[in-house]
Amino acid sequence: MDFENVLTLIQKELRDAFRNRWFLLYAIAFAGLSLALAWFSVSGAGSYGVAGVGRTTAGLINLILLIVPLMGLTLGALSLAGEREKGTLIYLLAQPISSGELLLGKFVGLALALTAALLIGFGLTGVMMVVAGGGGDFGIFATLMVLSVLLAIVSLSLGFLISAAVKKAATAVGLALFLWLILVYFGDLGLMGTAVVMKLKAWQLLALALINPLQVFKIAAVFDLRNNLEVLGPAGIYAFRTYGTTLWPLLVGLLLTWVIVPFALATQVFRKRGVI
Amino acid sequence: MINMIEVRNLTKRFGRFTAVDDLSFTVGAGEAVALWGANGAGKTTAVRCLLNLFPFEGEILVDGLDARRAGKAVRRLIGFVPQELSFHDDMTVAETLIFYARLKKVPDGFDFQPLLEQVRLVPHVHKRVGQLSGGLKQRLALAAALLSDPPILVLDEPTASLDIRSREEFLVLLRSLKSEGKTMIFSSHHLEEVTALADRVLLLEGGRLVVDAPPDQLERRLGWETTLHIYLPETVIDPAVEHLEGLGMPVSRNGRGLRVHVAPGAKGKVIRVLHEAGIEVDDFSIE
Repeated sequence: MDFENVLTLIQKELRDAFRNRWFLLYAIAFAGLSLALAWFSVSGAGSYGVAGVGRTTAGLINLILLIVPLMGLTLGALSLAGEREKGTLIYLLAQPISSGELLLGKFVGLALALTAALLIGFGLTGVMMVVAGGGGDFGIFATLMVLSVLLAIVSLSLGFLISAAVKKAATAVGLALFLWLILVYFGDLGLMGTAVVMKLKAWQLLALALINPLQVFKIAAVFDLRNNLEVLGPAGIYAFRTYGTTLWPLLVGLLLTWVIVPFALATQVFRKRGVI
Repeated sequence: MINMIEVRNLTKRFGRFTAVDDLSFTVGAGEAVALWGANGAGKTTAVRCLLNLFPFEGEILVDGLDARRAGKAVRRLIGFVPQELSFHDDMTVAETLIFYARLKKVPDGFDFQPLLEQVRLVPHVHKRVGQLSGGLKQRLALAAALLSDPPILVLDEPTASLDIRSREEFLVLLRSLKSEGKTMIFSSHHLEEVTALADRVLLLEGGRLVVDAPPDQLERRLGWETTLHIYLPETVIDPAVEHLEGLGMPVSRNGRGLRVHVAPGAKGKVIRVLHEAGIEVDDFSIE
C-alpha cells in the first residue's frame, strides 16, 4: 500500500466533498437544525447552564439519528457509483495506483469531510450554549459529538458497500435511502412491533437492537447522557444490569465493527465487480 | 526488435458474451500498432485488459512484467488516453495535471511548461476542465498520459469525439510522439487514422484477430485493392512499367498510361517511386 497515493486521493476527496452540493446541503441543514434545537432547548428550560446542555444533547440525539445516517449513506453511495457512471473511475484506476489505495483514499477523505461537517455543527451549537448559558457538563456534549462522527463513518461504510456493488449513481442513492428508512424505522416502530408480536425476552430485544447500528448509537448516547438505560425500557435495564460499565467498550466496539465489516466487504465486491 | 507488449491468448468474457476471444499479438519497441475494427469488435476491452482494469484469461506482458501480477508497475510504464473524456469537470487544467502528476510520482518541481507547450494547452491552463472543448480535453488527456514520460502510450479511440480539424491536429501530435520513439497501441475504427499512424494493423472482428498486417498490405489482404490510372508521356511508359514490375507492383499498360493495382494506403508510393526514377507523371485517377 502506497500511502502517498492514499494521501493524494484523500486531499482530492476532501476538495470534491466541499464542492459537492449534497454535502454542503447536509452540513448547512445539520448546523442550522442543531442551532435551532439548542436555542429552543435552552429557552424551554427556563434557565441556562447544565439544564440547557442536557436538554440540547437529548434533543440532538433524535436529530442525529435522522440526519447523520442520511449524510453518510448518500455520500458513500454516490462515491464509487458516481465516478463509475461518469467514467472517471476507470481513468483513475488506469494510473499507477491499486484499487485498495483508491478505496481507502476515497473512504478516509469522505470520512474526514463528514467529520468536519459535524464538528462545524457541534461547534456552532456549543458556542451558542456557552454564550447563552455560560457553562454546563460539556463532557456529555463532546462524547455525543464523537459518537456522531462514529455513526457518520458507519453510515459512510454502508453507503460505500452499496456504491461498490452498483453501476449507476441513482440506483446507489435509491438503495441508500431505502436502507436509511429500514434502519430508522426498524429502530423504533419495528422493534416495538416485533417485541409485542413475538413476545420477545429482554435479552432478545437487546440483541435485536444491537444488530442496528443506529440503535447501538442511541443506546450509547442515552448511556452518555443519563448514565443508565432505564429510559429505553426492559432491554435497556437488562443491558445496564448485565454489562454495567463494560457497555461502553461493547457499544463502541460494535460501531467500529460496523465501520470495518462493510468497508472490507466493499473492497471485495469492488475487486470482483471491477471498474465498470 | 524488442517486444514491449506481448499478449498471449487473451480472452475476456462478460457473462456469456465473449468480448475478446483468444487474442495474441506483440508490439515492438517504438512500433505503433492499431487495433482496428467496428464498434463491439473488442478493441476497448483489449485495451482495458492491457491496463489490468478487470480480470481476464490469458497472459499480458508489458516490458517483461506480468500485467496481472504487477498491475501498478505496468501502469507506470503506460500513458493512457481514454475514449471517453473522463476528468473531473470542476478541476482546472493545472489542478488536473498536478493531481495526476502526484499519482504518477512525477518529482516535485517538475516543469509543466514544455509539456503544456507540446500539447498547446498553455492559454487554457487556468480554465476548468468542464469549460474545455472536446479537442482541448483530448489534448489534456494526452498531456496527463505524457506526465511521467512513459515509454508506452495506449490510446482508446483517441479521436472518436473530435471534429475533423481537431482530429488532424491530434494526429499531428501523435505522429510527433511516434517519431520520438514512443511505443503506441491505439484503437480506432477510422481507416485513415490507422493508415496515417500505424506500422501494423490488427483487425478485430467479434473479439478475434482476423488480420495482422502493415497498413499498405491491409486492404490487399482483405481483397480491397484500388486501381490507380497513371497518365505519362508515351516515351516513358515502357520504362515505367519495367520499373514498377521490378518493385513487385501489379502493373499493366492502359492507353496513354499505366494501370497499377495498389492498396489505398500505398497510392502515393507509386507516384513517389516513379518520380525517384526520373519519370514525371502527367496526371492520375483512382478507380
